[in-house]
Amino acid sequence: MIPELGHFALILALAMAIIQTIFPIAGAANGNQAWMSLARPVARLQFVFISISFAVLIYLFLTNDFSVAYVAQNSNSLLPAIYRFSAVWGAHEGSLLLWAVILSLWTTAVTFYSKRLPNFFLARVIGVMGAVSVGFLLFMLLTSNPFERLFPVPADGSDLNPLLQDPGLIIHPPMLYMGYVGFSVAFGFAIAALLGGNLDSSWARWSRPWTLLAWAFLTIGIALGSWWAYYELGWGGWWFWDPVENASFMPWLIGTALIHSFAATEKRDVFKNWTILLAICAFALSLLGTFLVRSGVLTSVHAFATDPERGVFILVLLGFFVGGSLLLYALRAPSTVKGGQFKLISRETFLLFNSILFLVAMLTVLLGTLYPLIAEALGMGKLSVGAPYFNAVFIPIMTPVALLIGIGAIVRWKQDDYIRVGKQLRYLFLASLVVGGILGITFFDNHLFRTIAGIVAALWVILTSLSALMSRLKHRQNKLVALQTIPRGFYGMTLAHIGFAVTIIGITITSQHSVDVHQRMAPGDVVAFADYQFSLEALRPTIGPNFKATEAVVKVTKNGKHVTDLHSQKRIYTVRNMPMTEAGIDSSLMRDIYVSLGEPLDDNAWSIRLYHKPFVRWIWLGAIFMALGGLLAATDRRYRLKVESNKTAPVEGGAVSLKS
Amino acid sequence: MIKTALIIVLMSLNFTAYAADNPVEFSNPELQERYYALIDEIRCLVCQNQSLADSHADLAQDLRNEIYQKVLAGEKDEQIVTFLVERYGDFVLYRPPLTKNTWLLWFGPFLFLLLGIYVAIRLIKKQSAEKNAFTELDETQQKRLTELLNEDTDRNKG
Repeated sequence: MIPELGHFALILALAMAIIQTIFPIAGAANGNQAWMSLARPVARLQFVFISISFAVLIYLFLTNDFSVAYVAQNSNSLLPAIYRFSAVWGAHEGSLLLWAVILSLWTTAVTFYSKRLPNFFLARVIGVMGAVSVGFLLFMLLTSNPFERLFPVPADGSDLNPLLQDPGLIIHPPMLYMGYVGFSVAFGFAIAALLGGNLDSSWARWSRPWTLLAWAFLTIGIALGSWWAYYELGWGGWWFWDPVENASFMPWLIGTALIHSFAATEKRDVFKNWTILLAICAFALSLLGTFLVRSGVLTSVHAFATDPERGVFILVLLGFFVGGSLLLYALRAPSTVKGGQFKLISRETFLLFNSILFLVAMLTVLLGTLYPLIAEALGMGKLSVGAPYFNAVFIPIMTPVALLIGIGAIVRWKQDDYIRVGKQLRYLFLASLVVGGILGITFFDNHLFRTIAGIVAALWVILTSLSALMSRLKHRQNKLVALQTIPRGFYGMTLAHIGFAVTIIGITITSQHSVDVHQRMAPGDVVAFADYQFSLEALRPTIGPNFKATEAVVKVTKNGKHVTDLHSQKRIYTVRNMPMTEAGIDSSLMRDIYVSLGEPLDDNAWSIRLYHKPFVRWIWLGAIFMALGGLLAATDRRYRLKVESNKTAPVEGGAVSLKS
Repeated sequence: MIKTALIIVLMSLNFTAYAADNPVEFSNPELQERYYALIDEIRCLVCQNQSLADSHADLAQDLRNEIYQKVLAGEKDEQIVTFLVERYGDFVLYRPPLTKNTWLLWFGPFLFLLLGIYVAIRLIKKQSAEKNAFTELDETQQKRLTELLNEDTDRNKG
């Protein structure tokens, strides 16, 4: 009975989504106020129904209802409750439901924070987002119903994939989807603007905070995924250029281009078409990512939830939204470039190059990800495109980005004098070069060129960002007051750019200076490695709720001083009979020590891998800075102002102040 | 009871099924570096998407051993790669070789980059061309233009 309730709620949500699509868009087209005003309540009602459906699925997992096929396939009575909860989105059907829930959540958020949007515009945004909902709900109901019953009812479930039984997997997918799906808001705004032909800078201003927010979530989502892979897959890698990682990275790259292009469109009324295209592109890539992950066309470490037949449906969906929106773009995008003018030396130019470089980076990742598929389809044979390829082509494209950030942060809007810019930049450049060189030579003794290049690039970004902040204070009497009057958007940008630099440092040093050793160790053995002594204290059997394991206790000392005891386990998850490695990690800002238990050898000895990874934490620390920067910028005063002032005056049915 | 027994049997099978993950030893650090660089770029064929270096699978272990022996025997990287490609095809290489089938893969990114720069330069030129068009207006025209523009924005707002 209860699963049917969830199913029924899902059908009602679809009904709401259909109404949410048709009436507001039709109403906006022929000026029917009543139809348009349906947008808000219906979107919220859809959220209510889809939440009920989601809550039901959670309930079914928590109560071990194995009469439901999806629960039986992805849970087990021995599975700890917290993983029964996260198992809800551990496989195909549930992750689609999560997708739809989050889409509905974003839509509902738009209905609440849209008081200053004109009625017809909001109706179109909600309508477009409703259309996306319709697509996903139909997909779920027709091909991937999470509430399908199983008969006969199995005695127990076949357990959640052990890879996913991890705290990181509780928050990684929701964060990632918040980002992915968040771009649907920018998409909705872009399509609404095209439909209505109102592509002015206020469109950019409305859309920008949503995009920043989605981008911040996506940044955190990707960083969480990288961190999870690092400690859970058991060999200390933090990025594999795996197709599924690429699928989430591509929307991020375009999202980054988009938030920068928005800056120019909002402030200077330029690149409007370009921004629209990027917004469409960001969402298209989110859909493409879903297709790649869910269809099973790619072989990847993430291929735990795939089914080729469903791919066709998503492909049709993808074709409809991408094809439809590009057609609309071709028909409706303004052909004349109206708007602000700018000279070659201006911030506009640098923002343009930024978005182009990120677009090229995205196309490169796309090419590398899809090339094996295309080559095979064209009968050119099977080939693999992996990390060596991506590192070889991606790094040269991203290097100019670091250089451009520095100039872009300092150069003025509209037009600037290259002599002035040069004066401000030359000492910063020299300082980055000298300090970077000294740091590289002092602390590292191999791979010097790459290390120094990375540190110099990062220092350049940091110094120019701080210099831009300083020049804002230069002619102010009271520096403290001046600091407070600088908008949050500016602080957000500075923080995100510094975060980018921190990530560059992390990537550079970890990639160039990580060392590892593969050892045969029996209890009592001591290995000296990377300035530390590792002694295997004990190997002992342990038992978890749904696994058996061998645990190694490794004592780490440095110059006779005790540093830490690391515990690494080799687990066998009993239901699926699947081995998993739990790494033992001691982390600090400057280095991680990582112990991973391998396989049993003879005479009570095991193979053990020891890793020393300097600065690896900086990769994710930088991502946190970037996300916080995005968050700061999204809450800039100028986006909140109108909303707050409207709170005091009761606004019925979303009547709008048009003063913006 | 039977279930538990079965699990224990399966577990022991699973453990014995693993080829010994014996650490390799090198007397020559140069050989060691080459070995690790090689296994890092060779795909484990039975895994989803893992290099030999990262994989725990039996086949990966066998291939690692084979590569280890070859490195010790003094074979060059190219010889080892050729051997692997002859046996398994290009699929085994994570760094696809440059052939007529892969030139687009390798040069594509730089074609994109050139195209991007071209588009950017065109946009910037277009922008400055519009600027010239505006400066050619005389004062009254400019005034009229401003009026028209204001009218336009007013209408949009209304």
